[in-house]
Parts: sequence; C-alpha cells; structure tokens
Amino acid sequence: MAETAVKEKEPIIAFGKKERQLLTDPLNDNNPITVQVLGICSALAVTSLVYPAVVMAVAVTLVTAFSNLFTSMVRQYIPKSVRMIVQLVIIATLVTIVELLLKYFNYPIYKQLSVYIGLIITNCIVMGRLEAFAMANKPWRSFLDGIGNGLGYGAILIIVAIVREIFGKGSLFAGSPIELKIIGPTAEYLINTTQSTLFGWYSNNNLMVLPAAAMFIIGILIWIQRSYNSKLVDVS
Amino acid sequence: MEFINTFIKTAFIENLVLSYFLGMCSYLAVSKSVKTAFGLGMAVIFVLGITMPINWLINEYLLSENGLFGMDLTFLRFILFIATIAAMVQLVEMVVEKFSPSLYAALGIFLPLITVNCAILGGSLFMVSREYNLSNSIAFGLGGGFGWFLAIIAIAAIREKIRYSNVPPALRGLGMAFILTGLMGIAFMSLMGIDPAAFAAK
Repeated sequence: MAETAVKEKEPIIAFGKKERQLLTDPLNDNNPITVQVLGICSALAVTSLVYPAVVMAVAVTLVTAFSNLFTSMVRQYIPKSVRMIVQLVIIATLVTIVELLLKYFNYPIYKQLSVYIGLIITNCIVMGRLEAFAMANKPWRSFLDGIGNGLGYGAILIIVAIVREIFGKGSLFAGSPIELKIIGPTAEYLINTTQSTLFGWYSNNNLMVLPAAAMFIIGILIWIQRSYNSKLVDVS
Repeated sequence: MEFINTFIKTAFIENLVLSYFLGMCSYLAVSKSVKTAFGLGMAVIFVLGITMPINWLINEYLLSENGLFGMDLTFLRFILFIATIAAMVQLVEMVVEKFSPSLYAALGIFLPLITVNCAILGGSLFMVSREYNLSNSIAFGLGGGFGWFLAIIAIAAIREKIRYSNVPPALRGLGMAFILTGLMGIAFMSLMGIDPAAFAAK
C-alpha cells in the first residue's frame, strides 16, 4: 500500500510551526485584502451591517478551505491547459452548495446577500489561493491556507462592518438574535441621544451607509497597517 | 426608451465599480497607466455586452421551469453562467485575433483575465435577480461596461498624476487608490439627481 507508506513518513494531518504560520500569516503580514489586494470585488457591498458580513466571511472561508483541499487532492491529474475550467467547476459547485444551505437555514440573509453569494465564484481570493498555493502543496496544508486566508479576509470585512454599522445605524449585529442597540434617539438604545446630556448632539452619520465609506475605511486600515509594518510600504 | 433609461442608470447612477464594488481586483491592479486601463475597459464593455444577452437566453430557455427541459434547473445557474463567460471570452479572443490583430495586440493579456472579473458574472446575476427582459439586459450589459470603463479610466488618470504628489509613505499606492475610489463614488452619486424617466420622456 503506497498510501500508508507515505503516511508513516510524514503524517497527513500535522500541526507544527509551519501549519500555525499558514493560519496566522494571512491575518496580518499577508492579508488577502490589504496586502495581496485579492477579493475586494464582491464582498464589500455586504459590509454595511455586521451580521451579513459575518455570514459572508464564513461562506468565503468554507469555500476557500474546501476548494483548496479538493484542488490540492486532484492537482496531479489536472492538465495545465484546462486547469482554470477545473478550478472554476470545483469553486462553482462549492458555492452552489453554500448557497443552497444558506437558502435553507436562513432565508432573510440569503435574500439580503442576493448576488454576492454567487460572486464568491469570481472572488479573486479563491482563485488566487488555488493558483498560488493549492496547485503546489499537499491537501492538509492547502486546507489550512484556505482557512487562514478566509479568516484574514473575514477579519477585514468584519472590522469594516463594525465601524459602518455603529456610526451609520447606531446598532450592532442588527437582524441577528443578539442584536445590540448602541446609540440612537429612542429609549431602546444604550445611549439615548434625546435624553443624554453628553451625546445630545449626536446623530447617525449617513456617509457610513454609502458604499464609498467602505473604501475610506479600508484605505485608512491600510494606512494604519503600513505605518506599523514598514516592510509593506509601496515603494514604487 | 426603457433601453436608454437602463443604460444611463447602470452607467452612471448604479455604477458597477463605485456602488457595487464589482471588478475591484482588476480595477485596482490594472489602473496604473491610462493606456492599459483603456484596453481593459474596452474589453470589459465588449464581453459584458456579449455575455449578458446570452446568459439571459440561457436563463430563460434552458434553466427556467417553462424552458427546454421543463423543470427548474436554476441551481445550475452559477456553473452554466461561468462556463458561458469563459467560453465567450475564449471565442471573442479567437475572433478578435483573426479579424483585427491590432485590437488583439492592444487588448493583449487582458482578455483572458476578464473571465474572473466579478463585474461580468455579477452583471449576469444582477440581471437575473432584477428580472430584466432581453432588451433591458443588453442595455444593462453595455451600460455596465461603459460605467466600468469610465471608472477605470478616471482612476488611472488620477493615479498617474498623483505619483508626483507628496503622499504619506504608508498611504502611497493602494491606500490612496481606495480613498480616491471612495471620493469618486461620492462624485458619481451626485448624478443620482438625473431622472432617467424625465430624460426618456423628452
């Protein structure tokens, strides 16, 4: 049995230093959005509320992880010339599964995310990781790389969504079971602006609801990250 | 008139890049010079204009319940749409190479890149979710492509100029591109004042 022989030499599922690095690297040094500039395409539109952003982040993490895993499993059998089509079919199948699951379990969110679930297919991060990592690495590592990149992507998505929701709507996790109301004009909110003497001047910032706000926030996030991490600075 | 209406709406008010973030990857990666941005922009108009009506026909006559197979096949939509787009891009590439080598040389590597441009698939999915008819979907494809073209030309021109400005080092390049895109998005929003219905009535 050739397979067991390979297993003895190197365990298929290991969790050493390299594996941990695969998970943590994409969170900062090699973040898919702020450093690799992949996958900004579709998902920013879902960041005006936190809850859909979390759902989107989970969906993307699942798709990147499993498409990396499956592509890595069949990588030796894919001819070079048709690899794009094979990858696209794997991704499209996984996205269809995710879409159907979401439709079944949480229809309102499915409606809200509308076309953006389908757009995970062309989310450059999925394709980018397949090309850059899964085509050249073993399944378990590719799986971890997929999870790491999904998380790095989700982290940015959720940070942007938190800022946009608090300042734009005054709430947090609206639409989910753990909805929090933070600042607003009625008694339901944690800080009631009609009664509070300290925050009486406050009203929601409508700019944050506009798509443009997501751009500004990401721009500023990149600014902050690069001022702490000078090796990422664009020299050109 | 509905045709013009949809065209103006998708090109300016509901611009694919600036208000739906579609095609951001290539938008940011290829906007370093106006010349290449022009090539990619043209290719996107081309491919969006072609794939949109084809995907509409596929959705209407193959996948829907009263289509050719007589059953609801909409779960195959993603795979079929992306396959159509990949095939169309390949076909367009071959046709352009045969009949207009100069255009082919100008578009160069951008044509194959378009397959994974989210604006193309996103356009098709929007078309389905908004239930456009055939002429509307053609207008949506052309308008969306034109809007994308405008946006990438504008950002490329700004980025060419801003290279000589004194931007903080950490913000140089990508960070600035994002903030500029945000500002452009706000500028395009001011076009919301255009009432396409009034325009069409004239």
